Amino acid sequence: MSLLEIKDLHAGFEGTDIVKGVSLTVNAGEVHAIMGPNGSGKSTLAKVLAGHPSYVVSKGSITYNGNDLLEMDAEERALAGVFLGFQYPVEIPGVNNAEFLRMAYNAKLVKQGEEEVDPLDFDGILDEKMKLVGMDRKYKDRFLNEGFSGGEKKKNEILQMAVLGPKLSVLDETDSGLDIDALKVVAQGVNKLNNKDNALILITHYQRLLNYIEPDFVHVFSGGTIIKSGGKELAHELEAQGYDWVTAPAK
Amino acid sequence: MTNETNSKTASVDEVLDKGEYKYGFTTLIEADTLPKGLNEDVIRAISLKKKEPQFMLDFRLKAYRKWLTMKEPAWPNVRYPKIDFQDISYYSAPKPKKKLESLDEVDPELLRTFEKLGIPLDEQKRLSNVAVDAVFDSVSVATTHKKKLMEVGIIFCPISEALQEYPELVEEYLGTVVPIGDNYYAALNSAVFTDGSFVYIPPDTISPMELSTYFRINTEETGQFERTLIICAENSYVSYLEGCTAPQFDTNQLHAAVVELVTLDNAEIKYSTVQNWYAGDPETGKGGIYNFVTKRGKCAGDNSKISWTQVETGSAITWKYPSCILQGDNTQGEFYSVALTNGHMQADTGTKMIHIGKNTKSSIISKGISADHSSNSYRGLVKVNKGATNARNYTQCDSMLVGDQCSAHTFPYIETANNSVQLEHEASTSKISEEQLFYFEQRGISRENAITAVINGFCKEVFKQLPMEFAVEAQKLLTLKLENSVG
Ligand SMILES: Nc1ncnc2c1ncn2[C@@H]1O[C@H](COP(=O)(O)OP(=O)(O)OP(=O)(O)O)[C@@H](O)[C@H]1O
Ligand SMILES: [Mg+2]
Repeated sequence: MSLLEIKDLHAGFEGTDIVKGVSLTVNAGEVHAIMGPNGSGKSTLAKVLAGHPSYVVSKGSITYNGNDLLEMDAEERALAGVFLGFQYPVEIPGVNNAEFLRMAYNAKLVKQGEEEVDPLDFDGILDEKMKLVGMDRKYKDRFLNEGFSGGEKKKNEILQMAVLGPKLSVLDETDSGLDIDALKVVAQGVNKLNNKDNALILITHYQRLLNYIEPDFVHVFSGGTIIKSGGKELAHELEAQGYDWVTAPAK
Repeated sequence: MTNETNSKTASVDEVLDKGEYKYGFTTLIEADTLPKGLNEDVIRAISLKKKEPQFMLDFRLKAYRKWLTMKEPAWPNVRYPKIDFQDISYYSAPKPKKKLESLDEVDPELLRTFEKLGIPLDEQKRLSNVAVDAVFDSVSVATTHKKKLMEVGIIFCPISEALQEYPELVEEYLGTVVPIGDNYYAALNSAVFTDGSFVYIPPDTISPMELSTYFRINTEETGQFERTLIICAENSYVSYLEGCTAPQFDTNQLHAAVVELVTLDNAEIKYSTVQNWYAGDPETGKGGIYNFVTKRGKCAGDNSKISWTQVETGSAITWKYPSCILQGDNTQGEFYSVALTNGHMQADTGTKMIHIGKNTKSSIISKGISADHSSNSYRGLVKVNKGATNARNYTQCDSMLVGDQCSAHTFPYIETANNSVQLEHEASTSKISEEQLFYFEQRGISRENAITAVINGFCKEVFKQLPMEFAVEAQKLLTLKLENSVG
């Protein structure tokens, strides 16, 4: 059984589809990269996967771990191991970063029928994860994403991923905004989190990220759907020739 | 205040002898509930029914005559249909609430709210007036508390009882903080109030417990015109809690309470309120309570302190400005407020800090949360008199908008007649958005916990001032109120 199976998915806003007929199968242990022009609907697909309430699915199905994902709300999906690293993480003033992470971590524990951890124990867990993604301890006591630089926000997304240990992670342009060194550290962190039981979908514009996190499949996304799929060499060709190369002959 | 020193109770005959009464006065006296309408006879009847000392009747009449000359305030940010003051009955004999046999008889909606607020079962019973085990019975709880308080000389009783037993204390302080003609509603309250709380903390006494209206009001319907007077003598301290998080329903639409606090040298009063009156139909706003209350404290003695903390979540219209008169030298006034409006609620609330003494300090932390179609205004005045050298004020007004149909306004006023004053003002406006809630949910955190986290973050400085359990309940209350408003 595949971890994720998207079949002929059409989704967008009431009356307007942005995602138009996406089919994609992701198995545990795989890394998929999605590349494609601005505005083609990549983030929309990611948010639809995560269950964002503003989007409507007009057609198609998504099966996750054998369950109908579309039947689950955002919270249930998250608790079932679906993680979205946001392209633009929202700022939440007044909410302490560490406390937020602990809430999320505890929600997962409760879901698994385990005891919640107290702030003290969690602090130890957090320290370890912060090291993994190369984040300074001072970000613990900041308000969630508030005033974070673009790169800091992205690191914080990966920190959350590390704390939650999801089964399916969709990272939406996590590499944009990271400096060269940070990209390396974050990529190494993500690689450490990867194993045969979980899967990764990387949405990116740059081949560079794929040098560190090697994809099993690369998909070209355009006009709301996947127009071409291939191995990691496809990313190199895209980098060299641009999207016209795939979009033009497809017509 | 009157000059009469020997307060005494006027008898019916005496009153009638004065020959000032129209035909029908005896009927007024005999009635359990006074017919609708307000005139001097009605006021005399109230005073007589309550067997009040003469000074009290004089006080009431003076207030009534003053009220007649006053105009109902028209506030720019609060709208409501005109109140017909002749269409209100100003006195009913205290009616015990209907005793219920079991929780099955209680409105299921109310029970659901209790559950959401996490109010324990026994407490639920007590609040909805279901007969409870002797151990938990509010009357016995109240009696035990009263005994404990009496041991240290603290008086905590209905003000009607205080008028009988400690008339000289009441006479000395009543109306000294909120003069009878202070404002339209205070004048009306002074004329017709029927009950409320009286607290006296003797010198050198730290109250051994929080005093709470909880102990007092639950067996009776709450009065429409409550009057509270709290006096904290030299070197003493008391923390007083008004209201509760459970929703309060009342058939009286207009509530015009007056609360007066007095601190003598080195004394401190901490007054906390959680207000959750019925706000009316969420769609139309119909049937909600109009809450026009005058709350004021006077730091009469040097080095004394008064601190107001309020969590306002109910009423169709709230109009209140708990204030401090910093009369003594080195006195301190504090105002911590969370005001939440949703549905069609309107709130115009804030504070006044009047600096009179030297080295007086005030701080104002106001958090306004508006949702749905509501309107939430902060109106504050910091006034520094000429003699108030080295006065200091810090004001922080934060507004949070939930959705885009609501509005928040701040009106800070400053009047200063002294150059040595230091004033600091900060303000901010933020929004709780669907994107933020989605972010929480995407991490497996429920919507409810998400709202709680955001609101707690926003209100932290105020909640911190509340007694622990009260703070927890207040947090839940805000979440409950906002659950359906975000999105
Ligand atoms: N709220 C909205 N209302 C109308 N159109 C929207 C809305 N949100 C997104 N869109 C449109 O949907 C399209 C797809 O957007 P999406 O964010 O999915 O693109 P993307 O592929 O992630 O692009 P990028 O590479 O720039 O991140 C865009 O044209 C965008 O303008
Ligand atoms: Mg995008």
